[in-house]
Amino acid sequence: MTGHRLRQALASLASVPVTLFGLVLVTFLIGRAMPIDPVIAIAGDHAPPDVIARVRLEMGLDQPLPVQFWIYLRNLLHGDLGHSVMTSRAVTEDIARFFPATLELATTAMIVAVLLGVPLGVVAAWRQGSRFDHVVRVFSLAGQSVPVFVLGLVCLLVFYAKLGIAPGTGQLDVAYEGLVPHITGMLVLDAALDGDWDEFWDAAAHLVQPAAVLAYFSMAYITRMTRAFMIEALSGEYIVTARAKGLSASRILWRHAFGNITVRLVTVLALAYAGLLEGAVITETVFSWPGIGLYLTGSLLNADMNAVLGATLVIGLVYLVLNLLSDLAYSLLDPRVR
Amino acid sequence: MLVEIENLRVQFPTATGMSEAVRNVSLTLGQEKLGIVGESGSGKSLTARSIMRLLPSNARITADRLQFDGIDLLTADEPALRRIRGRRAGLIMQDPKYSLNPVMTAGAQIAEAWRVHRGGSRKVAAQAAIDLLAQVQIRDPARVAGSYPHELSGGMGQRVMIAMMLAPDPELLIADEPTSALDASVQAEILRLIEDLVSRRGMGLLLISHDLPLVSHFCDRVAVMYAGRIVEELPAGELTRATHPYTRGLLECLPTLSHPQRRLKVMQRDPSWLI
Amino acid sequence: MSAFTTVLSRDWLLSETPASRAQAAWVRRYRGWLQFRANGLAMVGLATVAVMIVASLAAPLLAWQNPSAQDLAGRLAWPSAAHWFGTDELGRDIFSRILYGGRITLGMVVAVVALVAPIGLAVGSVAGYLGGIVDRVLMRVTDVFLAFPRLVLALAFVAALKPGITSAIIAIALTAWPPYARLARAETMTVRNTDFIAAVRLAGASAPRIILRHIVPLCLSSVIVRVTLDMSGIILTAAALGFLGMGAQPPMPEWGTMIAASRAYILEQWWVPTIPGVAIFAVSLAFNLLGDGMRDVLDPRQR
Repeated sequence: MTGHRLRQALASLASVPVTLFGLVLVTFLIGRAMPIDPVIAIAGDHAPPDVIARVRLEMGLDQPLPVQFWIYLRNLLHGDLGHSVMTSRAVTEDIARFFPATLELATTAMIVAVLLGVPLGVVAAWRQGSRFDHVVRVFSLAGQSVPVFVLGLVCLLVFYAKLGIAPGTGQLDVAYEGLVPHITGMLVLDAALDGDWDEFWDAAAHLVQPAAVLAYFSMAYITRMTRAFMIEALSGEYIVTARAKGLSASRILWRHAFGNITVRLVTVLALAYAGLLEGAVITETVFSWPGIGLYLTGSLLNADMNAVLGATLVIGLVYLVLNLLSDLAYSLLDPRVR
Repeated sequence: MLVEIENLRVQFPTATGMSEAVRNVSLTLGQEKLGIVGESGSGKSLTARSIMRLLPSNARITADRLQFDGIDLLTADEPALRRIRGRRAGLIMQDPKYSLNPVMTAGAQIAEAWRVHRGGSRKVAAQAAIDLLAQVQIRDPARVAGSYPHELSGGMGQRVMIAMMLAPDPELLIADEPTSALDASVQAEILRLIEDLVSRRGMGLLLISHDLPLVSHFCDRVAVMYAGRIVEELPAGELTRATHPYTRGLLECLPTLSHPQRRLKVMQRDPSWLI
Repeated sequence: MSAFTTVLSRDWLLSETPASRAQAAWVRRYRGWLQFRANGLAMVGLATVAVMIVASLAAPLLAWQNPSAQDLAGRLAWPSAAHWFGTDELGRDIFSRILYGGRITLGMVVAVVALVAPIGLAVGSVAGYLGGIVDRVLMRVTDVFLAFPRLVLALAFVAALKPGITSAIIAIALTAWPPYARLARAETMTVRNTDFIAAVRLAGASAPRIILRHIVPLCLSSVIVRVTLDMSGIILTAAALGFLGMGAQPPMPEWGTMIAASRAYILEQWWVPTIPGVAIFAVSLAFNLLGDGMRDVLDPRQR
């Protein structure tokens, strides 16, 4: 590894604390701007005035804003995001409980999106201007245009209600509920680890629809980026060289053209994965998937401020880490030093 | 004859109809060194690349005859073309910065050319790549083999390119402006290397350049192209006897020590050359 | 008269040797238009966008039913001559509501763009031109806003403000400006050190004048392409906010809100929530097709 590359990687690492601080500040300010009085949320609507005053003092709300931020920051560093009114548990506990389901959903969707999107993009670029290319173009533009909640509802209508080939919403059939041990929090994995194949197949079946809906959304993006990168790579002079060497079409396509875009593609995949989090918020709402997105929208509707801010912060954090990984991939993997 | 071309035409579709880039070019090439000279857009590169069928996909190519060693290139299928490309005819392009794959090491790119046409294990091919790098007069072939193109200078990159194209031991080498992107001090070195290798291996050479004196110095014959056609073809030693006004114009706009001029001539283009 | 016909003739517009700068500019535009026109999908997108704009502007003329008139006896009706798209859960005419909903969507998109493009341009060009500490601070702020997924940040903002159209517009705008700032900054960086900017500076122009008169106009074309491609994202975010109950509030005929309200009927009266869904999809796809075609013409490198 050259010094230059290391410096670049360190530079992207160094920007993290600043961005992180900004992230926390923004969530804090959003929380303070909320029209809901956090004291009433905790003490209840009908608490006597002296109780309200005491809670206000305890929460440090009589302090100036910077002091309040300091308290918020200190609690955060101790892993304390406050309590959720809706679940009456610590928000960190809630997030730990809900996050694995999102991870399971998003990762499955990502695998599907990559396995379909990348080859589609590569072949579309190779056959640029052909009918196949046009079909792929429309198919992926449609994926970027369809609202995830509409697609989810229509899927439920067609595959669950009309055709009856897919299970309904949720993560597991009611009959199996509570039977799968909590190991990783990802039900399909837990059922497999437990060795219970009925539960495994039921969980997997429940995963198919939301994962497919979510995957379509990112697949569209991955396909389009892959196609664009490949078209650029295929127009390179080194492709003429490869052809002049008498290489086979597949070797030119995969070894030379695709080999040149893998690093950039990795960064796109990291961003696509981050984008999945956004899609997950809506998908989980439509399919009642008990993940962080459902937790977020649920607490929004209940004006559960701590939960909203906690979930927002955690999603922002994951997003930040993925962005960082994509930056690092660029500066560490590409043999070309910039 | 290694290459026979008769009435080659290359056209490109544009908004206002077909535009002709190469018109009715005929030439033959044996085991000799032929230079094609012309300005940018004169069709010299397209003519050369037609021999390997390496034109852009939107190009339309027609000819009465387009043959490599008796093989009809217009009707040849992809596998047949692949047996010619690299194996029997190599192509060296202008700028190694773009013509070498940026994410493969020099050694891997040479070894690939070797293995595709000669087979053998990875190890043998890697060793062959180092040998080839030594043949193109690189002092530290093992180090260069492990380098990525961006780590090499232009002259070094072009040597890698030459080594790669010589790996399968072809009969014809097409060099498309092989030194235009290089520093002046390296240009002559690379050309001498090409000439030396071509003569030693008894190959045919098609050297494409915009530099008339340079080409005439290294080649046996010179063809001058203008606006898609060959306007003049003559032995390299008889350049002074050129008759076409374009060729004369190219020669006269150069300063010489033997015939000093107060003011160099400026090329006067005649629209009738286009017809 | 004859001068006029020369100007409009195809030959004049396709001339290889334009006689004036104006003609050269028109030749370039006309060529671009020909290339765009040859792209059938982009033309479909353009036509759909045009129809959508006209239909929503003319909604009071086209929709002969009051979009908020309830008819509980005739609720959830299948499409008929009286109600082209049927009626919703309160017996309101879905066709009229779709048309009026188009106005809301269009209005939100226009409002967001009107907020976002100037902010992004200002931040980006100032950061790019001044460089140094100003650049670093502004770009850090941009990074912070980029560090949230758009919808999630918009949700949090709306929750802090108060669910409704205005909040939704502000929230989407707050989350949409960073990419514009980055784009404008990148464009500014490429022209900042050119000779013509140096010449303007030598002529004594102030920094605000250079940014406003010389740099911003150069960033504009790439911003326009970006805006077209961003439209579908804005529409989808607005609809998602509506669907999650954080955007336009019932009884407003906003498409996402309509789906949320009739979501429960998806299994029986499936057309009620599906029709607004199709409307969102169609408009968003149309903008994507249009933007895709425009990018092919205006920025061929990025295909």
